Amino acid sequence: MEQLVFYSAALVAVVSALLVVFQRRAVHSVLALIVCLSSVAVLYFQLGGYFLAAVQVIVYAGAVMVLFLFVIMLIDPESEMFVVKRTRSLLLPALVVAGVTGGVLSSVLLSFPESRTPGMPGGLRDIAAALFRDYLLPFEITSILILAAVVGALILAKRSD
Amino acid sequence: MIPASHYLILAAALFTIGAFGVVVRRNAITMFMCIELMLNAVNLIFLTFARDFAQVDGQVFVFFVMTVAAAEAGVGLAIIVLLSRHTRTVDVDQADRMKW
Repeated sequence: MEQLVFYSAALVAVVSALLVVFQRRAVHSVLALIVCLSSVAVLYFQLGGYFLAAVQVIVYAGAVMVLFLFVIMLIDPESEMFVVKRTRSLLLPALVVAGVTGGVLSSVLLSFPESRTPGMPGGLRDIAAALFRDYLLPFEITSILILAAVVGALILAKRSD
Repeated sequence: MIPASHYLILAAALFTIGAFGVVVRRNAITMFMCIELMLNAVNLIFLTFARDFAQVDGQVFVFFVMTVAAAEAGVGLAIIVLLSRHTRTVDVDQADRMKW
């Protein structure tokens, strides 16, 4: 059962990630990305990160992707600029980048020995204790970052006339 | 239990697809989505090691990465809206005014 969930979620994640890249229309890419993020949320759940699985669905697959859709709708989705022809000239550099990235990443990641005592420490209580005690300062800085992002986005998107 | 290496290989594959997409696509919004894909792969690695080392810190870091990604999406999409308003395109090859 566990195997089945993992492999189906992994398959869906990889296929939808490929669809994100190879769809010609941006709206279809967004929809594929939502599927990808949701299947990764399933994997979070399976790893034991229940809180983060929920956050992934609510914040990522929900809010952030809706933001993407909003922007695409704001800039006319039917217009030609979203149906850009794929540029052949970039295929080779992209393959080189993908090859190097994939090779380095998988060799580095697989060099770690398997843990003897794996186990996801707990629930919300542990995360909250870590977040609000050990990482209190980074947490507060994050709130300042969000504030700066909100102000910046407002100033950028406002019509200047 | 699924061994950690399976998750790591999946995350490496997702990251690689994202990197490939950033290079091969010229549409700013699609490039942005590929960056989100890469961030997501990194989050999966964080969580895998959180389980592997039985430490809660990995989960806290995923939380921070998600926050930064949300902030980045907000500002980045505002920039893309601005770009499309000024140049009537979201193709990054067309937006070359700052290029020498």
